[in-house]
Amino acid sequence: MTTISERLMPVQSSVTKRSWRWMRDNLFSTPLNTLISLVCIYIIWNVVGGLISWAIVNASFIPGKDACAEITGACWGYVHANWRFLMFGTFPPAEYWRPFVAIMMLTGGMLLTMNRTFWTKWLPVVWIIGFIAVYYILAGGVFGLTPVRTGLWGGLTLTLVLAVVGIAFAAPLALILALGRRSEMPLVKVICVVFIEVFRGVPLISVLFMASVMFPLFLPTGVSVDVLLRAQVGIIVFQAAYLAEVFRGGMQAIPSGQYEAADSLGLTYWQKMGKIILPQALRLVIPPTMSTFISLFKDTSLVVIIGLFDLLAATRAAVNNPEWRPHYIEGYVFIALIYFCFCFFMSRYSLYLDRSLKKATSH
Amino acid sequence: MSPKHSNKSDVHPVIKLLYDKTFRSIMYQVLVFGGVFLLGWYLVSNTMANLERQNIATGFGFLEREAAFGISESLIHYTPESNYGRALLVGITNTLKVSATGVILATILGTFIGIMTVSKNWLLRFIGLGYIETFRNIPILLQLIFWYAVINRGLPGVRDALSPLPNVFLSNRGLYLPVMADHPAWSWVGIGFIVGIIGAFLLRKWSLKRLEATGQIFPHLSVGIAVIFAVPFLVWLLFGAPTAMNAPSLQGFNMRGGIRMTPEFTALLLGLTLYTTTYIAEVVRSGILSVSRGQTEAATSLGLRYSWVMRLIILPQALRVIIPPMTNQYLNLTKNSSLAVAIGYPDLVSISNTTMNQTGQAVEAVAIFMTVYLSISLSISYFMNWYNKRMALVER
Repeated sequence: MTTISERLMPVQSSVTKRSWRWMRDNLFSTPLNTLISLVCIYIIWNVVGGLISWAIVNASFIPGKDACAEITGACWGYVHANWRFLMFGTFPPAEYWRPFVAIMMLTGGMLLTMNRTFWTKWLPVVWIIGFIAVYYILAGGVFGLTPVRTGLWGGLTLTLVLAVVGIAFAAPLALILALGRRSEMPLVKVICVVFIEVFRGVPLISVLFMASVMFPLFLPTGVSVDVLLRAQVGIIVFQAAYLAEVFRGGMQAIPSGQYEAADSLGLTYWQKMGKIILPQALRLVIPPTMSTFISLFKDTSLVVIIGLFDLLAATRAAVNNPEWRPHYIEGYVFIALIYFCFCFFMSRYSLYLDRSLKKATSH
Repeated sequence: MSPKHSNKSDVHPVIKLLYDKTFRSIMYQVLVFGGVFLLGWYLVSNTMANLERQNIATGFGFLEREAAFGISESLIHYTPESNYGRALLVGITNTLKVSATGVILATILGTFIGIMTVSKNWLLRFIGLGYIETFRNIPILLQLIFWYAVINRGLPGVRDALSPLPNVFLSNRGLYLPVMADHPAWSWVGIGFIVGIIGAFLLRKWSLKRLEATGQIFPHLSVGIAVIFAVPFLVWLLFGAPTAMNAPSLQGFNMRGGIRMTPEFTALLLGLTLYTTTYIAEVVRSGILSVSRGQTEAATSLGLRYSWVMRLIILPQALRVIIPPMTNQYLNLTKNSSLAVAIGYPDLVSISNTTMNQTGQAVEAVAIFMTVYLSISLSISYFMNWYNKRMALVER
């Protein structure tokens, strides 16, 4: 019905007329549809209207807490008072420029990596150098920077470090696991299957507990590993297990003719995988790969349970401060927005990448 | 033969062996397995040495000892005098309680929203997609902490409890719901319900058999549903149709009667449901979209009624796509319920955490809850493989 009326529509009809027609066809075509539309409008009006009046119309944007005494909406003075704490956590205030540089380097590096012109064999090298630089900028101890122990790293800085390092190391580990699971060597296959299934079968929190409580027992006396590093490794192995299954799915979707053709050309295993199978397989699984990365980003918030001071922990501390205690909703909504922006951006990028690669490969 | 080739057979046998494919494969495997084995042995021996040095007991003997801590809510009988084994059992039942409730609610809400996102009505689609985008891009832990804070700090005290529906009260002590008053009839109604389901199943079997033998159609679905509800209803009537309700009411400083959902349980259930719903909605949406339009048109042109088209053509194909990722989401919900430890709901992980703080036996405590989760996951994935094999398209 819609298509017919659209086809009959005169080209020169005005915008209002066209939007009327669109509304009649899509929203008010039958009595039931009209009723549904009206209910929807009522719900949207209430929710969106309520949000706008809370967050903008009735809100106070003046710094300081006293401005919020009279208002009914949000008190955004909270953000003004706490944003440094949320960004940098318990980092020594005199050294705030260091986590700031680290945040800039990590987000900048991510944005540059998203550009396909930088996808060369040098990219991993640049990233490893970048990670070493970020580590020394935060930890100090070189070039006259004051040493700052990892226990003081916090806020968005810590969340980004955990997420970006996690993604950078989970992906190669997942690739090795996926290749191992597809391997023809039974012992290698068994080890990879057990590793993947165990980590996929337990909640992340148990892996983090293992890293924080049990791992010190695994090491010989006198050797200790930093708790941040332990949590980071826990996140990496956990997400690598999920990612390995995503990659395996991609490899299974490649028709066996591709494998046979590569073999008949006399390519070695690594040539076959690296030049024929993986470039096709990984392209197929871009959307699930990206959603694993998004999960990893969201799951970094779990480190709050083992006592690391990430963005969520910083917010929890900020809203438990007696001064801002009544404004806990603003606190949680604000970081929800931060997480939302990162995750939404990643999911949009995944759509874009998927589409542009499909366009690039279709003839 | 060229001289080059004849040279090849002269190479040293060790080198030749190194280039042998089978030998190399075995060598790699021995190396990898040996490496993993040595690493494991190293870690285990370190652990044993450390435990001995720190005088931490090993083994599961602590399960028999008195737990000496209280648990705020429990489905089975528990007192601080009970032993650790029972405390962990309380944790397991609490995990299962919140997961099972969450799975049911998330499935209903998720199906509803999934259907909304494929609607022809633009506004309905907008609401569905807006919901999905908002709630799936915010970490579940943040949502849990948020809902817990709202219930704890935002809701009024029990004396000014909100009452969104009659006899339903919402306060910072949790959610109070009315239930039917105790009566022997109710357990018999439950049994009647199960009998009804068995009856409907037998009816379906009989009607399909008759259909194949005689070609006569018996409306087994509608009659079956009627049987499922009629049997417990008749049982209820037989017992004199008790309607007494046990409704919560304010007495003194507290609510009496009804059932109480603690703030921790309510926040956890709300967070898990709202979060998992977004994933289930996506699963339902992709399932519906996976059945091509031609299927509906072809079935309609064969003269099938709309309900038959749905039941015989669309749903079986959509369910094949929907069910595997759906079970995955159920598993995720169960695993995410372990985040209860952050808001103090006594689930398996949070009780294990208390246990390991009190006894110091971290290895055993973590091993117990990992085993429980692992066995839930593996049994569900085993069932999934069986189901997939059964449902797989048989292609010629």
